[in-house]
Amino acid sequence: MSETIGMFGTSGSGDTSGFGGLVRSAANVGSSERPYGSYFDEVTDELERAYPEFSDAIEKVIVDRGELTLHVKREKLFDTAMKLRDTQSLRFEVCLGVNGVHYPEDKGRELHAVYPLLSMTHNRRIRLEVSVPDADPHLPSLVEVWAGNNWHERETWDMFGIIFDGHPGLSRILMPDDWPGHPQRKDYPLGGIPIEYKGATVPAPSERRSYQ
Amino acid sequence: MTTHDSYASATDTTEGRVYSVTGGDWDSLVTEIGQTKEERVVVNMGPQHPSTHGVLRLVLELEGETITEARAGIGYLHTGIEKNAEYRTWTQGVTFVTRMDYLAPIFNETAYCLAVEKLLGITGDIPERASEIRVLMMELNRISSHMVALGTGALELGALSPMIFAFREREKVLDVFEMISGLRMNMAYVRPGGVAQDLPKGAIAKVRETVKELRHNFKDNEKLLVGNTIWMMRTQGIGYLDIAGCTTLGITGPVLRSTGMPWDLRKTDPYCGYENYEFDVVTTDTCDVYGRFLIRMQELEQSLRIIEQACDKLDKSEGQPVMVADKKIAWPSQLSVGSDGIGNSLDHIREIMGTSMESLIHHFKLVTEGFRVPAGQVYAAVESPRGETGVHLVSDGGTRPYRVHFREPSFNNLQATSAMAEGGMIADVIGAVASIDPVMGGVDR
Repeated sequence: MSETIGMFGTSGSGDTSGFGGLVRSAANVGSSERPYGSYFDEVTDELERAYPEFSDAIEKVIVDRGELTLHVKREKLFDTAMKLRDTQSLRFEVCLGVNGVHYPEDKGRELHAVYPLLSMTHNRRIRLEVSVPDADPHLPSLVEVWAGNNWHERETWDMFGIIFDGHPGLSRILMPDDWPGHPQRKDYPLGGIPIEYKGATVPAPSERRSYQ
Repeated sequence: MTTHDSYASATDTTEGRVYSVTGGDWDSLVTEIGQTKEERVVVNMGPQHPSTHGVLRLVLELEGETITEARAGIGYLHTGIEKNAEYRTWTQGVTFVTRMDYLAPIFNETAYCLAVEKLLGITGDIPERASEIRVLMMELNRISSHMVALGTGALELGALSPMIFAFREREKVLDVFEMISGLRMNMAYVRPGGVAQDLPKGAIAKVRETVKELRHNFKDNEKLLVGNTIWMMRTQGIGYLDIAGCTTLGITGPVLRSTGMPWDLRKTDPYCGYENYEFDVVTTDTCDVYGRFLIRMQELEQSLRIIEQACDKLDKSEGQPVMVADKKIAWPSQLSVGSDGIGNSLDHIREIMGTSMESLIHHFKLVTEGFRVPAGQVYAAVESPRGETGVHLVSDGGTRPYRVHFREPSFNNLQATSAMAEGGMIADVIGAVASIDPVMGGVDR
């Protein structure tokens, strides 16, 4: 997925430590194999039964650190969400919001939206993950399914620039209405406004030397 | 550039150009208003209003005194904590997240640390004493947070005395925090792997004494409010939200429990060893402000019960470690509370500066660079005084978080303002918002 070179944020300088030659890359996690363990097999089985297009809609199923993540295609997100909420044996009646994550190196899937779901009926948790390309950041809004997603989707639009089609009023929520850019994206610097003091410029924290 | 301005026409005289400012054309405005049939007033309440529970802005559309539409405007306290955390080590993240919901700092810290520990895969290695201290601190924090909720909630509805009593009790809890962590708020006391330091001598005795005092003093507020006719008239049947509304809006905490749903993560999905404590989940079935008030009042007693049990456990685990044994994760220095607050203990300074080069290198590496966390993502949640505080963490395998996201209960629950206030009277919106108990530091992050 991502690749970082060196360790101290320096390049081309007199790095005598040897750490400058380090190359580390984070591995892309593949789909998990059955059996998933815990209640995860039951949840996926039930969803498959209730939703015939399951194999088409779900890109991959990942079980990691005791949590189940279903990667859903964005065209099928709304239908999957409805099935997860309404099927008697699933009953994910609470959505705990939306969280965006920006992976600029993941070409064609730069922006991810993550939905943690909770079933109070069965006391189960799963997670939906959807990815959209940066060039076409459109996702169906899930406000119709879970009304509480309203503000969360506005926040994700505000912070990442993901457009939720069908949202009743998609506007900025935390930043001022006329703010340019989406601050939580990786290409947006921390402390975008440089500080000047008696001619010396203090670099933004994201520009300073640091361990990577 | 245009030179014409209908409100400030200019004429050239021998003295030079003279502007005559005429102001708004009120006559036409008055006739226009006289022609509309409905009487609709939009009131902008906040963000600087003493009754909106912080810098919350409410845009209320009124017909007479009835609210036809209520919208909440937020973002006035947005500080970019989530973005900042991406540029600090995993341990430094604690000092940031503790400032989100500033009335419940220990809950933010614990939720964050539970998530980091889950990512590291060391959830099972956390020493029992550390979990016991976390529980003790969380329940003390729940009391101090509920005291503010009750005190300011009553204040906003015009009952001044409960606030005096509530803040007196809160002060006692903050004194305990100061004794244990050196700070009254935003302590950064809970750290990935355990807690910053063990309890100082005499802390348990102080907690026990405080519990006794609090239990006695809570009666003052109970006498003032429970069954008080005016208080009941202002709160009963107000801010109604039933279980269907709560579920679709994702509401948790006292608001959900006021619908009769006994949903409490301490029972349904225990963490930090909550399954080993005896306490009840308090519910009411009135779905209104009064029900939520009663829940908070009774949760105080439940928290005291948990604190007493935690004290007993802590007495038994005296001397056991409070930080994970893995030296590649555990914070290297032992902190101590001095006269000027928390700091490195002198013994530790002596060791790294005077006796052991290796200790110095170890300290330097872990403090400046931090530890690496395997790539992946997790979600961890705790039951904060306001509901489910969830943390979604993403790591790319580095020494700093790739993404930190807090699912703040205040942020989520504040959406219920419209559902609770619309159709009611304008005076009742205050009670409704107070019963949600939003903390704007958490809402805006």
